[in-house]
Amino acid sequence: MLGQVIALVVLVLGTAVLGVWWSARQGAVRAPRETPVGIDWASSGIALADRVTFVQFSAEVCAACRSTSRVLGGLAGKGDGVAHREVLVDDHLDLVRTLGVLRTPTVLVVDGGGREVARMSGVVSDTQARQALSRVSKGTLETEGEARP
Amino acid sequence: MNASKGIDPRGPRVGASITAVLLAAVVLLGASTAGLWLLTFIMLSFVLGTVRGAEGSWQGMLYKRFVRPRLGPPTEMEDRRPPRFAQGVGLFVTGVGVILGFFGVLPAVPIAAAAAFVAAALNAVVGLCLGCELYLLLRRSGLVRA
Repeated sequence: MLGQVIALVVLVLGTAVLGVWWSARQGAVRAPRETPVGIDWASSGIALADRVTFVQFSAEVCAACRSTSRVLGGLAGKGDGVAHREVLVDDHLDLVRTLGVLRTPTVLVVDGGGREVARMSGVVSDTQARQALSRVSKGTLETEGEARP
Repeated sequence: MNASKGIDPRGPRVGASITAVLLAAVVLLGASTAGLWLLTFIMLSFVLGTVRGAEGSWQGMLYKRFVRPRLGPPTEMEDRRPPRFAQGVGLFVTGVGVILGFFGVLPAVPIAAAAAFVAAALNAVVGLCLGCELYLLLRRSGLVRA
């Protein structure tokens, strides 16, 4: 019996660690993934805004996608060159593979030039979305003067 | 309640917490016949949940009957497919343990229960939805069609 009790304690602790890790990753603003340059967003029906576009990959079965969509839609609604485009992974499987999207929701933060500057996956909170926006502003300053195609 | 509007997302989570407690009991029972029977019971519950959806399992019924009336209405509804898919994953994992158990490989019983426990407990506590996490991977691999 002692063996089983120890097994259960280890199992519960392991599950707790997994749970904390998974929760911490939800919506965290991460560095962009190495993706082939020159993604033709327009041909996939994704119109980019001047400054920042949140490109959200969603699925119909995904509950977390809805709240994320609400948060990003709210930010985009405030104007100043920020847009929110939501696409269904089922309609864009090629794009999903090219961009290395593994789960829904995944949000790519794309600048006006079509370059991915950050990425988030899982439920995105308002704070995290603003954090991503500020990263873009910084990124644009750093790359200012750099030749853009 | 209109079925097309989805289900109360708290239902599957409450159900998963009941299932997680039962799976923990199987781990405590270890490689024994008693553990095998309890895991068989849990597997049959997953059969019900896979066929009728998480809201149609006995855990879902308990939620509707005893928990839901004490809570306010949910802020938003959830698609019923991911929780139902998760029931199928639970059925697969516990099913492997039960089949091996009946073939005399009793250690498979607590191992299968432990694997299912991780998924059920994460669903209950942090809301991790295995069906949602796996959906795109399965779609990408072509195992699941839209």
